Amino acid sequence: MFLSAKNVYFQTMTSGYTIFPLGDCALTIEFGHVIDKEVNKRVLALFRQLKSLPLPGITDVVPAYGSLSVYYDTVAILQEAEEDKTAFETMSEAMRQLLEGEHLSAIDVSPRHIRVPVCYAPRYAPDLEMLANARELTTEEVVHLHTTGVYRVYMLGFLPGFAYMGEVDERIAMPRKDTPQWVAAGGVGIAGRQTGIYPLGSPGGWQIIGRTPLKLFHRKDEHPVLFSPGDTVTFYSITEDEFAHY
Amino acid sequence: MSLHIIKGGLLDTVQDGGRRGFQHLGINVGGVMDRFSAALANALLGKELTAPLLELHYPASVIQFSRETVICLTGADFTPTINEEPADLNQPMVVPKDSQLRFTGVREGSWCYLSMLGSLKLEPWLGSYSTNIRAEAGGFKGRKLKSGDVLPLVKELHLAPSLFNNSVHHLPWKAVGLHDLTRQEICILYGSEWNWLSAESREALLHNCYYVSPASDRMGYQLTGEPLKASNNEQMVSTGVTFGTVQLLPTGNLIVLMADGQTTGGYPRVAHVVTAHLPALAQLKPHEGFRFCLADGAKAELQLAEQQDYLLNLQKTCAAKMREWMGHGRRD
Repeated sequence: MFLSAKNVYFQTMTSGYTIFPLGDCALTIEFGHVIDKEVNKRVLALFRQLKSLPLPGITDVVPAYGSLSVYYDTVAILQEAEEDKTAFETMSEAMRQLLEGEHLSAIDVSPRHIRVPVCYAPRYAPDLEMLANARELTTEEVVHLHTTGVYRVYMLGFLPGFAYMGEVDERIAMPRKDTPQWVAAGGVGIAGRQTGIYPLGSPGGWQIIGRTPLKLFHRKDEHPVLFSPGDTVTFYSITEDEFAHY
Repeated sequence: MSLHIIKGGLLDTVQDGGRRGFQHLGINVGGVMDRFSAALANALLGKELTAPLLELHYPASVIQFSRETVICLTGADFTPTINEEPADLNQPMVVPKDSQLRFTGVREGSWCYLSMLGSLKLEPWLGSYSTNIRAEAGGFKGRKLKSGDVLPLVKELHLAPSLFNNSVHHLPWKAVGLHDLTRQEICILYGSEWNWLSAESREALLHNCYYVSPASDRMGYQLTGEPLKASNNEQMVSTGVTFGTVQLLPTGNLIVLMADGQTTGGYPRVAHVVTAHLPALAQLKPHEGFRFCLADGAKAELQLAEQQDYLLNLQKTCAAKMREWMGHGRRD
């Protein structure tokens, strides 16, 4: 066996989560390798705890679907750490203490609900017809299914303010494109059972089925991004005229 | 005092130590590609290690200084000249009013850093001066520098004219720069999806030679080499990544996420380049080759702490030398 247990850089397995290093300046706590609301709730509970009571040395805390990555200043932590302890050992111990404490579940979470207008007209929906054909639906049926779902913002990533939301009805799920194409700001897409909105123009692989006139990224604001993890989102259909005058 | 961009370069931007604390919003850290050389440029002038400075890529801008000043170049050697006289890297230089800095050819490296005495007069975005080109924010107008740009500095230096005597000259202290960092072996730590590589591919990753593809940029270095094979068909759900994360692409090729890499990713993280070796990796030119070797997490952390110690000591020493040098002028 090429990878012997001895060679793994201090991997920790405890019931319900795994802590492993993400290089030498960060670690990841994995609660589950899945897209699942209950798993994501655990991720966000720890995320909120670390955001409201930051530990010294932590520079960033990034929630994802089933994992939380904690970025830290290795040099600063080494200076404060007990003799012979690595920054990774020091930080993972701090994380275990938090996770095994009682107070995590007690943190109040009041999710916001955000309604997002989307124009599904062909000029804003380059991939809608293809998706409808592939899934043997009419474009109206795809729009209906997309606008009836209530989606959870699981995480932000990829671009400033890009929200990964799920899950769309199985009937309109569609894999990513093989080759990314240019997506305009506001593009609403589907990838597998995820749905998301491009806050900025960017190359992207998601199937674009509409566009929102909402601005999702305000670089001059103190809170530059519209969505937060844990928010719920619904989409409603608007006409081209409403889009133009939004 | 201001910097005038006489001719814009390919990708010259203002950068600093990066934008921390906003990754959960999808806003990446950014910052300098070669943390060591950038800190060295600042340290040699006695400035804070992560102070904003210019990161230059070849072909780099032609830059004119509106007043006499002291500058320092580190990192890549693009054959710099000041008023057509050769300029040295890793040594502070006194430049007279209206001097022009040009770069005439790549000798070594990919990213050159230009630090100046005094601070660039810019507004930080979310606590950092780094240019985020995708978000069109931070740095100088959220974009790369172009012809005609004027970058003001915060305050005049009030240095005695006798310190300048109207000629380019180097100050009498220097450091070892890029040569010390050049290495053909880049150390990695296991990534959590290391075992997603087939057993042969794990061996191959540690023995093959990899080359930096010309398609590489500040977001990621694409590597060319023999494609690797995954041991399973499992799909990742998006999760955290960082500067130095080595991802296995569906084609079997590897990509190393660099300073402008995204905050989360959906490809297997087979390894991570140790932070202390990222400067050397960043400075590799397209088509340059290297091998990966396996490191140990504890050693990687110590190596990073040693680099930081070296830079902080150098900064302290140079700050004292700089004060002494400026003092000479006052007595004259």
